[in-house]
Amino acid sequence: MSRLSVKKTYKLYIGGAFTRSESGRTFEADGHNVARASRKDARDAVRSARSALAGWSGLTAYNRGQVLYRLAEMMEARASDLEQACTGRDEVESAIDLTVWYAGWADKIAQVLGSSNPVAGPYFDFTIPEPTGVVAILAPSEPPLLGLLSRMLPALVGGNTVVTVAGEANAIAAFELSEALATSDFPSGSVNVLTGFADELAPWLAGHMDVNAIDLTGVESSTAELERAASENVKRVVRSSADARSPWEIAAFLELKTVWHPIGL
Amino acid sequence: MTEVERRTSRPPSTFEWEYAPAPEARDIVQIRERYGLFIGGEEVEPSSGEWLPSISPSTEEHLFEIAQAGEKDVASAVGAARDAFENGWSELAPSERAKYLFRLARLLQERSRELAVAESLDGGKPIRESRDVDVPLAAAHFFYYAGWADKLEYAFPNRTPRPLGVAAQIIPWNFPLLMLAWKIAPALACGNTVVLKPAETTPLTAMIFADICRQAELPPGVVNLVTGDGTTGAHLVRNEGIDKVAFTGSTEVGKLIMRELAGRDVRLTLELGGKAANIVFDDAALDQAVEGIVNGIYFNQGHVCCAGSRLLVQESIYEPLLEKLKRRLSTLRVGDPLDKNTDVGAINSKAQLDKIRELVASGEEEGAEIFQPECQLPERGYWFVPTLFTNVAQSYRIAQEEIFGPVLSVLTFRTPEEAVEKANNTPYGLSAGVWTEKGSRILWMVQRLRAGVVWANTFNRFDPTSPFGGYRESGFGREGGRHGLDPYLRFDE
Repeated sequence: MSRLSVKKTYKLYIGGAFTRSESGRTFEADGHNVARASRKDARDAVRSARSALAGWSGLTAYNRGQVLYRLAEMMEARASDLEQACTGRDEVESAIDLTVWYAGWADKIAQVLGSSNPVAGPYFDFTIPEPTGVVAILAPSEPPLLGLLSRMLPALVGGNTVVTVAGEANAIAAFELSEALATSDFPSGSVNVLTGFADELAPWLAGHMDVNAIDLTGVESSTAELERAASENVKRVVRSSADARSPWEIAAFLELKTVWHPIGL
Repeated sequence: MTEVERRTSRPPSTFEWEYAPAPEARDIVQIRERYGLFIGGEEVEPSSGEWLPSISPSTEEHLFEIAQAGEKDVASAVGAARDAFENGWSELAPSERAKYLFRLARLLQERSRELAVAESLDGGKPIRESRDVDVPLAAAHFFYYAGWADKLEYAFPNRTPRPLGVAAQIIPWNFPLLMLAWKIAPALACGNTVVLKPAETTPLTAMIFADICRQAELPPGVVNLVTGDGTTGAHLVRNEGIDKVAFTGSTEVGKLIMRELAGRDVRLTLELGGKAANIVFDDAALDQAVEGIVNGIYFNQGHVCCAGSRLLVQESIYEPLLEKLKRRLSTLRVGDPLDKNTDVGAINSKAQLDKIRELVASGEEEGAEIFQPECQLPERGYWFVPTLFTNVAQSYRIAQEEIFGPVLSVLTFRTPEEAVEKANNTPYGLSAGVWTEKGSRILWMVQRLRAGVVWANTFNRFDPTSPFGGYRESGFGREGGRHGLDPYLRFDE
């Protein structure tokens, strides 16, 4: 007699926990009922991301690199599940390799982007990159897994905390990725993944006063309305592509801090 | 054991020293009756036929008339910049571009005295500052970015830098020539052409800069200057021919520009307002801290976006620090900007004076205690006595809003954590100051202050090599240093 399999419930990933939408709603993606996040869920996710920021950005760069590398390990272990949720084996391998690539940037980015500034006076003056804060990501849906990771990894490796929105086309990939994230030593709340309708959630994230940057790469229609909402607290607006891979992708989510101190006896 | 003599605190007293007037001669500046727009290398009259009066804020005398550029004028300036970009400037050998910038730097140095006097006449800032800070830094900025023009590929590893095209630049009235240099120098070094709008109340040094462009034989249209009020700026931002907007000014206008550019493929950098905390710990060198606090808020009449307008004092030194500070305030000389002894000049405009007065009145109404030293102000002109508020709650408007005047709000704290909490408790994030003799505490504070520039045991220092810009609602993008190139480049990956 064949055994009846135990099926998954596809939930949101907020504050380190898998939860249903507070609205009780679901939508169908790839034949599964997936939690459909509400604006309240989006706000909860932002609150989680804000409270996780000090912890995640306060880790040493070496430590953050190891957490990202651990994500690559978890993805390798879940490769067959991930394969089912995206375009296949090649994409999963590229995604794992991309994760390892970004993991290695954690303790190098400050050396590439920072500077020591030879000012004309008796001062020691240097510039260092710092995370901008809470980043909302409207990830491109194609390819499903790489679209998510190509935008989330540069934000995370720089020390930002993240709220990502995935839609119908990448909801299952987002959920499988959440399971890998949940077992990778990311502090609770540092990465949050919402499945739902971007059209519904994006305006709330773009206008949210506690979101510091918004990545609109996945928005295919006009972004003008979202950009106007983003001006409310001078959000950093980022647009890129699913195949971008460079330290400048990390730089888009960083601030630069310049420090002066006199030299003297 | 001898008993240490207990010093009683004396009330702050004004110094009764007589200073003989030491005015800088103003005949070095030949002010014309009116200045037209600088478009395509020519001075042209505004198509609107409208002219605005420009007055000296220290005497209210009429100085000259300035053109009010309308939509057509702005379009013609953008067209001239596009033409110059496509027909020569962007293809010019970078080392030749560099030499033009070096020429501009040298000409600024050569005409520094004239520029300093013009700046103080037109804007009201003390000649000591325009002569020792504004003008030399402006020249240094051109000199610094001149050297980058033919080295851009070394600044961005593994990327190929290209100019953006036409940069629209809008600058404020607090550092007219210096802000012009901050905008134009990196833009030209990166191979762009520019249309710059000086502030309505302070166009004079920009008009002299037009002459400097001619003397440098800069190709026509590489630099274009459109003067006017806010509507001129709005026409510039709305123009379809621009590739980039760089704005320095208020957060309110910065947000409007962001909205205006929403959905358009125009790069943007914003350097906006601030409400910086200047934090003094109980182990700080107090006399140095007092000088830093004074420089932090009374420099340039407090018309400084990164001014240290909130003083956070550790409770245990509140009384001795305030006593020293009040005494120091009483020695500040307020008056004729052209007098070399003047510390605090004129408020830039009537509108700004009204704004300062309104916010100061709100401070008194909300319950803060005001301190102003005795001070004789000239009869004509716009003046405001250096002011200090104590008993300030964080919720008061004078602790939250940018006053942009010589007004300091004093708050206290007990622990470093509380200092950080209070320092970060505004929507801004431009600058901060930390005063302590303990190195590890400086770095601990630096890590936690959400600000783009942190001055430790100093304040209000600027240098062309040092990136400057804000966090949060103080804007984005950096000016100065290698980082200041990025806003003027695109990259072929």
